[in-house]
Amino acid sequence: MDRRNDSLDPRETGNPYDSVDATERQTDSSAQVSTSGGPGAHGAGSPQDIPMDTYAAGDSIRQTVGRGRPTETGSYIFPAFDDHHPPEKDLIDDCVHCGFCLPTCPTYVLFGEEMDTPRGRIYLMNKALDEEPMTDNNVRHWDLCLGCMACVTACPSGVQYDKLIEATRAQVERRYERSPQDKAFREMIFQLFPYPNRLRLAAAPLKLYQRFGVGDKLHKAGVMKLLPKRMRAMEALMPMLNEQQDVPEVTQPVGEKRARVGFIKGCVQRVFFSDVNSASVRVLAAEGCEVVAPKLQGCCGALSVHAGREEEFQGFARKLIDAFEGLELDHIIINAAGCGSTLKEYGYLLRDDPEYAERASAFGEKVLDISEFLQELGPVAERHPLPVAAAYHDACHLAHAQGVRKQPRQTLKQIPGMDVREIKEAEICCGSAGIYNMIEPEPATELGDRKARNVLNTGARMIVTSNPGCMLQIQASLKRMGESMPMAHPMEVLDASIRGEPVESLLER
Amino acid sequence: MEHDRLVRTMEAILGPEGVISEREQLRSYECDGLMNYRVIPELVVLPETAEHVQQIVKLCYDEGIPFVARGSGTGLSGGALPVESGVLIVLSRMRKILEVDIPNQRVVVEPGVLNMWVTNEVAEHGYYYAPDPASQLISSIGGNLAENSGGVHCLKYGFTTNHVMGAEIVLPDGTMVNVGGGKAPDAPGYELLGAFVGSEGTLGIATKITLRIVRKPESVRTLLAAFKDTEEAGGAVSGIIGAGIVPAAIEMMDSLCIEAVETAVHPGFPQAGAILIVELDGPKAEVESQFEQTVRICEENNASEIRIAEDDTERALFWKGRKASFAAMGRISNDYYVQDSVVPRTELGKVLKRISEIGEEHGMRVANVFHAGDGNLHPLVLYDNNVPGEAERAEDVAGEIVLTCLEHGGSLTGEHGIGVDKKKYMPKMFATEDLDTFQLLRCAFDPHQICNPGKVLPTPRLCGERPGPFRMHPVQKAGLAENF
Ligand SMILES: Cc1cc2nc3c(=O)[nH]c(=O)nc-3n(C[C@H](O)[C@H](O)[C@H](O)COP(=O)(O)OP(=O)(O)OC[C@H]3O[C@@H](n4cnc5c(N)ncnc54)[C@H](O)[C@@H]3O)c2cc1C
Ligand code: SF4
Ligand code: SF4
Repeated sequence: MDRRNDSLDPRETGNPYDSVDATERQTDSSAQVSTSGGPGAHGAGSPQDIPMDTYAAGDSIRQTVGRGRPTETGSYIFPAFDDHHPPEKDLIDDCVHCGFCLPTCPTYVLFGEEMDTPRGRIYLMNKALDEEPMTDNNVRHWDLCLGCMACVTACPSGVQYDKLIEATRAQVERRYERSPQDKAFREMIFQLFPYPNRLRLAAAPLKLYQRFGVGDKLHKAGVMKLLPKRMRAMEALMPMLNEQQDVPEVTQPVGEKRARVGFIKGCVQRVFFSDVNSASVRVLAAEGCEVVAPKLQGCCGALSVHAGREEEFQGFARKLIDAFEGLELDHIIINAAGCGSTLKEYGYLLRDDPEYAERASAFGEKVLDISEFLQELGPVAERHPLPVAAAYHDACHLAHAQGVRKQPRQTLKQIPGMDVREIKEAEICCGSAGIYNMIEPEPATELGDRKARNVLNTGARMIVTSNPGCMLQIQASLKRMGESMPMAHPMEVLDASIRGEPVESLLER
Repeated sequence: MEHDRLVRTMEAILGPEGVISEREQLRSYECDGLMNYRVIPELVVLPETAEHVQQIVKLCYDEGIPFVARGSGTGLSGGALPVESGVLIVLSRMRKILEVDIPNQRVVVEPGVLNMWVTNEVAEHGYYYAPDPASQLISSIGGNLAENSGGVHCLKYGFTTNHVMGAEIVLPDGTMVNVGGGKAPDAPGYELLGAFVGSEGTLGIATKITLRIVRKPESVRTLLAAFKDTEEAGGAVSGIIGAGIVPAAIEMMDSLCIEAVETAVHPGFPQAGAILIVELDGPKAEVESQFEQTVRICEENNASEIRIAEDDTERALFWKGRKASFAAMGRISNDYYVQDSVVPRTELGKVLKRISEIGEEHGMRVANVFHAGDGNLHPLVLYDNNVPGEAERAEDVAGEIVLTCLEHGGSLTGEHGIGVDKKKYMPKMFATEDLDTFQLLRCAFDPHQICNPGKVLPTPRLCGERPGPFRMHPVQKAGLAENF
């Protein structure tokens, strides 16, 4: 007997029971969709703290699920990985599939599906390790990882996702054939960014172009729209160039010498943010450090290693180790978060190189982020007041990759008058992620805008962060939203305070 | 329907970005939080609205395609395990908080909203969402509803079922209905909401859920007490409950578990055979006097150390240690297999002793972390999937543990659900007639057996099919129900 044939079944006869439509009971569909978050965030500590904004999925989901993406090449590589450092099975096995890493993974936040989560990516690695080929699809999902390492912070099982994704990326770069366009674009980036001189040359025309407002005119004329998306993304990110200042090879400490430190100048930092380097050196000297900044120092290779370009990285790393060898330094100081996390890993990354392995780990052990170092050293220079509300943005490669969260905040809070504000969703990446915002502009833009909104919501007058990439990214998003906010590296703020500059020196830039 | 046409039809509903059909991608959905069971679904779909869900389900119904709902995939009983040649409906893109109605103490959410977001959303008003599974950071409200999830604070505040006021559900034939009350607390008629909560995705898919939120208590006190072994800790638990105190939570962890969380999140727990975390909340005066009493009872039961959380930070640290315990098992073991049987509190000591014996007999390590207040055990059988045969042995150990609990008058599951994992034990706990009554209910919602088939009830039968020689169900005999 099937009840469904019974004429009393309401599903077939409509609703015979009463005259009132059941939908009246439903909640008003016009009810406001809440996008505001909960209480203030507490900085990037535990994911428990994030009051999450609940947005609907944005357009960038098309970049990952669905057929017929431009990046597809129809590759089928089996076995997926070769014997040269595939992602380690032992590390993969640490993952118990609990999902605790999902809520802070930016691609999960954007796309809401499994393959673009740490849990999913590790699962794909595991499958590729023993059963499945390397295809456009799994490469796509690994490519879309920002390498922000929020998952490393969140994981209670201690899964070393950083090592897993680095190994996977090196395999992809070696074995997977990208589409010609994709390849050319990546090559262009890697011929440019790690080389300060080339970057400076490339940026020179940009300088003119900015001075005469050509960009704005082109934007108005809609000409920019004709450029490929990735080029447009690059253009939007280019900062105004300031006068270049190089830091001296040796800077003497103010007062009694408390330490002798090496100073790494970075690539993007050196070209676009040379002020940050000068400020850092002044601060170090003011705190009693003799600062040694070897003239001949190239890129640290962070961009290369994050993109799986293993050999290129090793070349850079060896040169940098050479440059700092024999200088008898107490520490080696870096002020860019993205470089710092790689520098600290030199030992692991060069573990196969008999000539350099040991030197690399000795080098890595000396590396400290500048605010980490300053807090360890303790302040001596007098801080003058800077009465301003500043939002502090955790750079992923500082907070997640190096666990440095308290120190930069402390550095700022030691300045009288400074009101340090927390940004909601602090642990979610701003989308900059090295070269990610140039290679994957759509998701990066959505993340950037989300971050920019959260920054604006703090009501702060300025934003402070330790990574050049984050600054460019957030600035670009603010600009797109028709907003602007002064930005500074913590060292610029501290430098202004120690030198007794007025707050305006930071705000009017 | 053949695969390509199904893909195209789904794409017409959801757009290409809402349909996953490539093998490598499908594989990332082949299991949930319980990795022992894996099935690659035919298709994964990612609806963004209730209408999407309705259209998908309608299509499945018309074409006779089985489907399974999935939230965040953290379930520990294989509830969201896909079915072969079936569609997995993943709700993780339905994650909007639709309405926050503080005066009526309710929040309306889409099913993919994560448990923690609800509390975060209302915290500034002094409210929170009480059910707090250890997976609250990531488990979805839809999944919580389907599993009737509970957490450490459910001893006093009740499980998910006590905090859901109503739900919009797409039935297995694509009809959309509302069950439960609206703004008013109670609704007449059959308690369909009660039947739906805990149904493990077998009666339909929730697309909108109304939750009750509660005010933060005036005062909260938390202590951590260390004991020589689980037996002494168990004595303290009995003492506290026996004294008429209803703590917000009493949790126990054994030494293996303490070791794992220490390496994972460094809560600074003492080295001990067992620790208890006891939390009291409520009006200040009451909490203070009962807290003193609790401390005394712990001391009387030979607690070697008692730590009292001085502030929210310290309290959060205690709980962080507790809540990370499953996930932290990765630190001491490659894989684990977790059970969640419930035993009468009075039997706790005996059952724990037997559990450690079972582990020893099979040469397997078993870690224990559990809701001591209501006797809800979570024995974690540690094993290594790469060692051939270990997974099976772990399952055997877990099975014996379950049977032991049943022998002591316990129940199969406190909060993780039956899923595929424990359905084989259902006949040990229920008589055939009981199971048949479940089946009758299920058939009323899902006559064609397409909604999460093969879960919860053993030996899946078609509706109307009886095992063995025909016997009329007692409910039928009494004329109370018909065989659909
Ligand atoms: C580390 C860890 C700790 C845990 N701790 C606890 C705990 O303390 N207490 C506890 O109770 N549980 C706990 N769990 C189990 C799990 O988190 C809960 O069962 C949770 O409710 C599942 O939610 P989910 O969103 O992951 O659902 P899923 O696993 O995706 O699905 C679970 C079930 O719900 C169904 N379902 C999902 N969404 C819907 C919907 N919208 N409508 C109808 N059915 C639906 C699925 O079909 C499936 O049967 C833990 C899990 C892990 C991994
Ligand atoms: S590194 Fe960042 S983007 Fe990549 S999986 Fe981890 S959390 Fe997600
Ligand atoms: S990476 Fe860590 S947090 Fe994420 S699923 Fe695996 S064990 Fe859990």
